[in-house]
Amino acid sequence: MSFFRLPRWGGFWLVALPFAAVCHGAEPQKLAPLKSGIEFASADVRRLQADDFENPGMLWVARGAKLWGASAENDGKSCAACHGAAAKSMKGVATRYPRVDPEAGRLVNLEGRINLCREKNQQAAPLAHESGELLALTAYVAHQSRGMPAQAALDAQSMKDFERGRALYHARIGQMNLACAHCHDRNWGRKLAAETISQGHGNAYPAYRLEWQSVGSLARRIRACYFGLRAEMPPFGAQDLLDLELYLAWRGSGLPVETPGVRR
Amino acid sequence: MGTPARRRFISALAGIAAAPVLLARAARAQGPADPFAPLVRKLTGGAAVTPGRVTIDTPRLADNGHSVPLKISVTSPMTAADHVRSITLLSGRNPRPLMATFHLGPKAGRAQVATRVRLNGTQRVLAVAQLSDGSYWSGSAEVEVTESACLDAG
Amino acid sequence: MVARVQLPQAAKRGEVIEIRIAIQHPMETGFRFDLMGKAVPKNVINSLRVRYNGAEVFRAELGSGIAANPYLQFYTVAEASGEFVFEWVDDAGERGSETAAVAVT
Repeated sequence: MSFFRLPRWGGFWLVALPFAAVCHGAEPQKLAPLKSGIEFASADVRRLQADDFENPGMLWVARGAKLWGASAENDGKSCAACHGAAAKSMKGVATRYPRVDPEAGRLVNLEGRINLCREKNQQAAPLAHESGELLALTAYVAHQSRGMPAQAALDAQSMKDFERGRALYHARIGQMNLACAHCHDRNWGRKLAAETISQGHGNAYPAYRLEWQSVGSLARRIRACYFGLRAEMPPFGAQDLLDLELYLAWRGSGLPVETPGVRR
Repeated sequence: MGTPARRRFISALAGIAAAPVLLARAARAQGPADPFAPLVRKLTGGAAVTPGRVTIDTPRLADNGHSVPLKISVTSPMTAADHVRSITLLSGRNPRPLMATFHLGPKAGRAQVATRVRLNGTQRVLAVAQLSDGSYWSGSAEVEVTESACLDAG
Repeated sequence: MVARVQLPQAAKRGEVIEIRIAIQHPMETGFRFDLMGKAVPKNVINSLRVRYNGAEVFRAELGSGIAANPYLQFYTVAEASGEFVFEWVDDAGERGSETAAVAVT
């Protein structure tokens, strides 16, 4: 057969495949243009985040730096003993989470990975959810990736978690009977009372929220959204929260890590 | 035109109509009770406070009442002979109206302090500065504080 | 208490320099209630003092109206090389301190 002559049915596939790709309704859609939450923030919040001294989140990063070099309890090794200088060894790490941890065989976020390391390599008890120490260490580690684009990659192992996360993102919940998508996909940029709705990305977390008067995790922020919709909040560590974090990471891929972000 | 009697009658009517307006204006000139007055009296021991020289820089609309940036500047040469001794910050609406007192002195070089405050709702804040000659000066700012649009239980 | 201090490492004699301090502290107002309905006791950093080569150059009395994780920015005249000592105390009696050096020419 000549190179230039397609089989009789070849023409059909040339048309059918691209058509199918465009019309396949289940394909997850990313927002365009992608905008970090900082773009919807006031001048005061933007200034706070941009100034490394005024940024209250940097106090947690400073504490994280101290914890990094300190021995774990029971004279366990410090993080530094294995990982050396975090600026080098942790650079880029936060951009790849959440991901399926090969040893644990399940999806973990950065907080979960730190705790796995503590248990396995430092013979230390895991740090409690939202504890000062866990927030400090997570903020410190994520901070080493500041400016780098988040790249949560999906693979065969994380596909199920991703699909669950996507379904959760689009499911109506609570007394308000709204899904995340209603505000953050369809109405980002519009006003909700005096505030502008963001696209709902997690690239700045752990972040200092003025409302919390503290740094908090992305899980805490997602739980707060459940509360805002008058829905029952999944407990910290719930699979639903992890799945959502994965979906959000995929949805915000390309946005730079801003940890520690400042948000209202 | 019209007769002098009619003109006198119309003038009298106008005078009577104006009376309530004038009375109301006189009442307004006194103003609503100043929430800061008793605090300021206690602070200065009754000494007069002159509005001026003190500027408060703070956003007109706060992002969140938990943390509002606020800067107080006082015009002063800050020399040994003429400087700001202290600046007191008062809230018009917080449960504890005395927010902070900053003690400066000639070594400060510039009479300016910036911090972040908590504001319990829309209110006026007042800064009272005491100078080295014992005089008191004040400045104020109004800040709108709203609730979070999407309530957050934590 | 985690605290950070910022001031220029070097300055000219007579120059007015900017000093900033940020302290990690909840500045608990005493008006909050925990999940059990019990009032969380008031605990704020109530006083901060800054000494420069031993002499006090700045002092602040703070209340619950100062935001959590207090931040202060103020000025002083650079006189001689030496040390700044920052000391503060909260309602629970916990003390904190930081130092920073300056070279004045």
